[in-house]
Amino acid sequence: MAQNGHKEHPKYMNIFWWLTGLTVLELLVVIPDFPTVVKAILLIGLACAKAILVANYFMHLKFERRTLAIIVMTPFIICVLLVFALMPDLTLDSRIEGATQPTTEVVDTSAH
Amino acid sequence: MEHATTLDHTEDVYEPSLTPDSLGKLGMWVFLVGDTMSFGALLAAYAAIRAGAGAIGWVPPTEILGIELTAFMTFLLICSSVTMVKALESIQNGNVSRMCMFLGLTIGGGIIFLGLQAYEWYHLIHHGLTLTGIPDHGLSGAAVSGSTLFGPTFYAITGFHGMHVTGGVIYLIVILIHGLRGRYTAEFNHEVEIVGLYWHFVDLIWIMVFTFIYLL
Repeated sequence: MAQNGHKEHPKYMNIFWWLTGLTVLELLVVIPDFPTVVKAILLIGLACAKAILVANYFMHLKFERRTLAIIVMTPFIICVLLVFALMPDLTLDSRIEGATQPTTEVVDTSAH
Repeated sequence: MEHATTLDHTEDVYEPSLTPDSLGKLGMWVFLVGDTMSFGALLAAYAAIRAGAGAIGWVPPTEILGIELTAFMTFLLICSSVTMVKALESIQNGNVSRMCMFLGLTIGGGIIFLGLQAYEWYHLIHHGLTLTGIPDHGLSGAAVSGSTLFGPTFYAITGFHGMHVTGGVIYLIVILIHGLRGRYTAEFNHEVEIVGLYWHFVDLIWIMVFTFIYLL
């Protein structure tokens, strides 16, 4: 059997305090009247930092093969792309006047 | 008999290159990557819907949802993740009773989380947050009319996560029963590590849900 690469455990309580501290920081960011963009960047940054801590230390991804980490990262990248892929469809529809009543063209397929 | 011996031997020497210590761990990682896409698609759709409602308005979630309770729920899941890694650490050191105690604490954290989510949903439904409407007291008419998908997106995403927590609690109970029966040792404990992967993933997803649904 192969050896476990992470027999030396990380200091889990340190990670716990980091996660708790970052959660408190998130709550502090919500309270003041920051502009929405600043608030969004700060909150997403803090959430990503927490997610990386959980994945790296609690899920031991830091101690796994690098290839596995790259594979695990793929869906996150795809999801960000998905947001941008969906965005034009929704924003355009609500901003173009008269787009609420789209006209439909009847295509005659009987010739085929 | 000879055939069975050959199979056992094959199993022993086979090592997946990504997770050399356990084939089951690779299976769990593959599942988690797929599950990330499920949650990612839900959150991406939510982000797009909110951006689409931008011109009309979207009710700030902090005006409807209770941040204090969910912040506590986040803290609770972080604590249960710590007890989970402590359970794994204990069994890797050969301490079965300590592992069972920490698994019990993790299960307790999960059950309290689910109880608090049920409590939150009950109150939100009573205050008018349903699949077809939102509470309109003190909110502008435009924001209310622009937020018709607030309820459906909220219940779909938090409900999907809640189902994962429920599944995790059941999974942990099964592992705890195996642990109490003496299945795990300092040498054989991959199943505990695998259930831990699932549980930390549920915690990780909640971190994202808490930020995107409650705080932003």
